[in-house]
Amino acid sequence: MRQVAIYGKGGIGKSTTTQNLTAGLAEMGKKIMIVGCDPKADSTRLVLGGLAQKTVLDTLREEGDDIDLDEILKVGYAGIKGVESGGPEPGVGCAGRGIITSINLLEQLGAYEAELDYVFYDVLGDVVCGGFAMPIREGKAQEIYIVCSGEMMALYAANNIAKGIAKYANSGGVRLGGLICNSRKVDRESELVEAVARRLGTQMIHFVPRDNDVQRAEIHKRTVIDFSPDVPQADEYRQLAQKIDENELFVIPKPMAIDELEAILMEYGVMD
Amino acid sequence: MREREELLDKYTAKVYKNRKQHITQLEFGAEPDTITANTRAIPGTMTARGCCYAGCKGVVVGPLKDVAVITHGPIGCAFYSWGTRRNKAKNDPESDNKNFVPYSLCTDMRPTDIVFGGEKKLEKAIEEVIDIFHPKCIMICSTCPIGLIGDDVQAVAKRTEAQYGIKTIGFSCEGYKGVSQSAGHHIANNGLMRYIIGTGDKKPVGKFTVNLLGEYNIGADGWEEERILKRCGIDVVSVFTGDGSYETLQNAHLADLNLVMCHRSINYVAEMMKTKYGMDWIKVNFIGVGATCKSLRMIGKYFDDPELIARIESVIAEETESIREDMENYKAKLKGKTAGIFVGGSRAHHYQLLLRDLGMETIMAGYEFAHRDDYEGSAIRPFIKSDADTKNIEEITVEPDPEKYRTRYPEEMLVSLQKDGVELDAYTGMIPDMIKGSMVVDDYNFLEVDQLGKIMKPDIIFSGIKDKYSTMKDGIGSRQLHSYDYSGPYSGFRGAVIFARDVAMSIYTPTWRLVKAPWKNTPLLTGTISGGEKHA
Repeated sequence: MRQVAIYGKGGIGKSTTTQNLTAGLAEMGKKIMIVGCDPKADSTRLVLGGLAQKTVLDTLREEGDDIDLDEILKVGYAGIKGVESGGPEPGVGCAGRGIITSINLLEQLGAYEAELDYVFYDVLGDVVCGGFAMPIREGKAQEIYIVCSGEMMALYAANNIAKGIAKYANSGGVRLGGLICNSRKVDRESELVEAVARRLGTQMIHFVPRDNDVQRAEIHKRTVIDFSPDVPQADEYRQLAQKIDENELFVIPKPMAIDELEAILMEYGVMD
Repeated sequence: MREREELLDKYTAKVYKNRKQHITQLEFGAEPDTITANTRAIPGTMTARGCCYAGCKGVVVGPLKDVAVITHGPIGCAFYSWGTRRNKAKNDPESDNKNFVPYSLCTDMRPTDIVFGGEKKLEKAIEEVIDIFHPKCIMICSTCPIGLIGDDVQAVAKRTEAQYGIKTIGFSCEGYKGVSQSAGHHIANNGLMRYIIGTGDKKPVGKFTVNLLGEYNIGADGWEEERILKRCGIDVVSVFTGDGSYETLQNAHLADLNLVMCHRSINYVAEMMKTKYGMDWIKVNFIGVGATCKSLRMIGKYFDDPELIARIESVIAEETESIREDMENYKAKLKGKTAGIFVGGSRAHHYQLLLRDLGMETIMAGYEFAHRDDYEGSAIRPFIKSDADTKNIEEITVEPDPEKYRTRYPEEMLVSLQKDGVELDAYTGMIPDMIKGSMVVDDYNFLEVDQLGKIMKPDIIFSGIKDKYSTMKDGIGSRQLHSYDYSGPYSGFRGAVIFARDVAMSIYTPTWRLVKAPWKNTPLLTGTISGGEKHA
């Protein structure tokens, strides 16, 4: 079983990318579980066809400790299992603590069954506190992909996440598998992201072009592969899935100093 | 000096550098004796300090009997602050016989409450408390996790007060704030000043009325003090806060004078009431016969009333006579003995005077959480450096109240009273009352108390539960000055006798000095050498 965590700047398309690529993996016959680690609980909407999911923490709050796995683990497109950790409403409580509680509970309930080929953790935003680093602690996700674009703030975030990974990589076994560029149609985007990846000691594993087919599928609460299997964008996600399945480049990232990062941005980002 | 060097000798260079500033051996030379205080304890030294929550809930607001004090946090914080201070309270009609001191109320935060936030649970707890207890006032004391997850206890307090019409006050006294419980005292003082004092309009009865500040009625100390004051014709309007109540605190500003016992925990209120209501305060000490007489006479001088002064003198004469024989008896037993006192914020000073009544000298003393002015006196205030830990605690400023501000005397009169020995609006601190060569230790720790027992060889050490048993096992007498070892009162005239009895009992029962642990006389392991028998 490969455990994969997806990180990246808020709004960059982590959940969309994760679900579309897992659809590709599922098409290849892989058995997959997605663990949504975002209080908004929208990490499994496309594979489960809607938000009707009851989250682990809501269930824990209402039912106490006596929880049945069936209540929180739902099966969606191509057998992909989805579970949402959930969390407090914005501005109250401690979402990070929620992630820790929720993942511990999933383990206790035996959600990590042996037949699974992949577990994907779709983690909110940046690594904001210890709770959001839970999926990459000892014994959890071994590989991480950072979703980014050629936009400056996305790359800042990617570099920052690399810092978090480096910390846990040295104490545990987590490695960076690559950057996934979710294109925003920025100038020389592919070259820029590749340059940043190189400096971090990793690769840009795939360049996902911007395409309205993603939006169309999302409106219908489905992944591209599910909603429009024949469009070119579906093939892009299939390729991404293939590359991740075959990936062998796992590194301890070397995060950059801010000056260094800004120099790269200047080099690629400014059109003469 | 030699003893100080010997004490510090045990430390590594880094710890030495820090601790040497907190340990002073008094010289009374050309340069004044100074000390560093109210800074962070060094991790690893077993400090005796408590936390901010303990200072707010445990010390200052906890004893208010008609207030339902809710600990917002995990159950442990509430359990370990439940009835541990021995602050006594009795029902009285003035607070409608409401007395919640025996209770410990808590929201019992669980993992899901931490994740989702605890405000709703707190609101529910308040609702329950109102249903069951019908308190006059509710106070919410925050524990560490509350600050971490950001529950807004002030907002809950505001909503509750609007909904139920019951005064509700939220304290952000999370345990991690500040460097010791001192931060909690300050936060509690701010709350009392901002929300309670001055909200009542019940004129006190009596010709000479006072508030007793910083008296927590441990072992009924406050009751002995009130008994004496009443005999003199002085009426106590409110007590901050031992056996005190929300009901009486509201009218505190209408009393004539504030008497301050524990300077550290309540000086903020005393000073703010001076600014806002023009009320003077006198630093009193009712621990010790001499100290009690002196305090009563200062009050007499302040009120400047011949009849009152005469009554005070006759009370002093009667009371001292009634305990004279007992005191002489104990003094004969205790004269020449030496003591160490390591407690909170004023007692290490107060008890030196009572010991002196008994012919005993205090050769080492220290506070857990005091500031420099508690050691060196109010005059040092302008020279105290304010650091980030101090600045983190809210400092409130008050203005003279346009309607309620009134002064009893013009400034010149106050100056002349001060000259006449009335300790008005200032505190002299502990150090001036000590003798040359004595050790003063701030934020004392386990090692230091232990070592000081060996280096200074006192006959008795007064401290708390943390040091008690190691002290006893070293063959030194030991009495707890936090809980009084379930005894008391120790204040005033009658309390002095009880204290003398307890001290004599401790010093003359040196059990641990007389017994020797069996392993010190006989070896624990016995064996024979085998293998050599055949050839023997």
